[in-house]
Amino acid sequence: MIMGNIRKRLEPLINPLSNDNPVIVQILGICSALAVTAKLQPAVVMTISVLAVLALSNVIISLMRNTIPTSIRIIVQLVVVAALVVVVDQVLKAWNYEVSKQLSVFIGLIITNCIIMGRLEAFALNNTPFDSFLDGVGNALGYGIILVIVAFFRELFGSGTLWGFQVIPQALYDMGYQNNGMMILPPMALITVACIIWFHNRKAK
Amino acid sequence: MKPMFEKGGRFHALHSVFDGFYTFLYTPNETSSSGVHIHDSNDSKRTMITVVLALLPCCLFGMWNVGYQHHLATGECAGFLSQFFFGLWAVLPQILTAYIVGLGIEFIVAQLRGHEIQEGFLVSGILIPMICPVSTPCWMLAVAVAFAVIFAKEVFGGTGYNFLNVALVTRAFLFFAYPSKMSGDSVFVSLGDAAPVDGYSGATPLGQLATATPDNIQILGVNGTPVDFMDIFWGMIPGSWGETSTFCILIGAVILLATGMASWKIMLSALVGGIGMACLGHAVGNPTYPVSMIDPLEQLCLGGFMFAIVFMATDPVTSCRTETGKWIYGFLIGVLAMTIRFYNTGYPEGAMLAVLLMNCFAPLIDWCVVNSNIRRRMKRLAV
Repeated sequence: MIMGNIRKRLEPLINPLSNDNPVIVQILGICSALAVTAKLQPAVVMTISVLAVLALSNVIISLMRNTIPTSIRIIVQLVVVAALVVVVDQVLKAWNYEVSKQLSVFIGLIITNCIIMGRLEAFALNNTPFDSFLDGVGNALGYGIILVIVAFFRELFGSGTLWGFQVIPQALYDMGYQNNGMMILPPMALITVACIIWFHNRKAK
Repeated sequence: MKPMFEKGGRFHALHSVFDGFYTFLYTPNETSSSGVHIHDSNDSKRTMITVVLALLPCCLFGMWNVGYQHHLATGECAGFLSQFFFGLWAVLPQILTAYIVGLGIEFIVAQLRGHEIQEGFLVSGILIPMICPVSTPCWMLAVAVAFAVIFAKEVFGGTGYNFLNVALVTRAFLFFAYPSKMSGDSVFVSLGDAAPVDGYSGATPLGQLATATPDNIQILGVNGTPVDFMDIFWGMIPGSWGETSTFCILIGAVILLATGMASWKIMLSALVGGIGMACLGHAVGNPTYPVSMIDPLEQLCLGGFMFAIVFMATDPVTSCRTETGKWIYGFLIGVLAMTIRFYNTGYPEGAMLAVLLMNCFAPLIDWCVVNSNIRRRMKRLAV
């Protein structure tokens, strides 16, 4: 009984990880998933940034949900998200300038990430702050899982490295192996996402 | 043997594999069991075999040319046969790789889905090695073939449902994934372990032109001597091994047209588009784009242009179906191929990208043609 209750409370956190994943089920946030997944490190940093922005903005909007007039709610949401994104951007610049430069404009573009606006509209406006927090964390993690999987394959086959470390041995290169330049290009990110969707659908069936 | 593969037999699970071999080797005497069917005697197996026949001259010439270029580059003397067998030996692993990987995937997918095996890969399997440089490593070819067959063909439903030409997708994958093995001056001539002669350059004519300086536009053979138009026409130049000889491509074109396998409208309009653009580019020739400085006729015979418009653009699955559409489709392929070749110095040859791009637009062209016809007839009705 209590277990069932906890499960039910945690649903906003667990559902987006697989069953209702924002990237591979709702097909949201594809643009940034293509742009930042050439390497593992930026993908993880991007995940943490989105996590911070999404969780906090969900809580803030949920706290204000009874006072926001419906007619201007989008503007209010945008202001909250934009303020958080600027904070994240500044923190990232101070803390890890190299990765911040790699991610360049895509941190700023978190503002326009459809997952964030979608969660604010669909969840935070109608639910309590705690549930909204869980929902934000769950969706950001669901987004992050896909990012990390895609980045893993793209970095492994595209650069022969993982997190910047060489994993494909030099002996293989001496035998004629070459990195697949196509994996670095955005089209292969799309195809990798498609493959994940494919496996996910097969599993769900 | 057959009953073992029928329903209830021991090997029923493998019936699609059996069926594939059976209909390939024998003429089945089964007829349709329901409804009205009109069959052409020309089934898809016969179509495929005819296209392979049309490719044979290019293929055989290509093998000889690989040997010829090798001996030219190393300065050895060799007879006709030893040149041919050198080339055969060099390209055979590629052909086998393409067939084994491609057909293997087709068999597995047919097995998984319980389909009959489709014969579409018979042509692709020979086309793929022919449009790749002779020194492409087999594992790269295997990866590219697997990618193309799975993602350009099987996910869309297999033979007859693909909207991109499988052979060109393979080449495009190789081109973008392993650029160092698909262009430049070290991949188009098979040197083996031998040392090249003085003045050796393995660059293809278009590769040389793309990097040429405006005041020194001249095409050289692999041993450093200038190449004249006849060499280009017969195909005794370095290049992707199956597509150098314009003469053999023309033989193939005649076979395809005489048997009605390929659309003459696509070939003609692509040729017209190509010539038109080549003349235009030559007329406004600009030293910044050295490729536009050479003669339009040579332009046509260089690179993969002729091969692409005869064997790739006319692929009945990926081209336009409507007759008016074929004219538009072919013409745009010709124009685009030459435009890319002239003005994008990053790509020495544009035929591959032109055909792939127009493959994407073929359904849209068809849709426009059909709808404009409907509108015209509606207007007539309204009066």
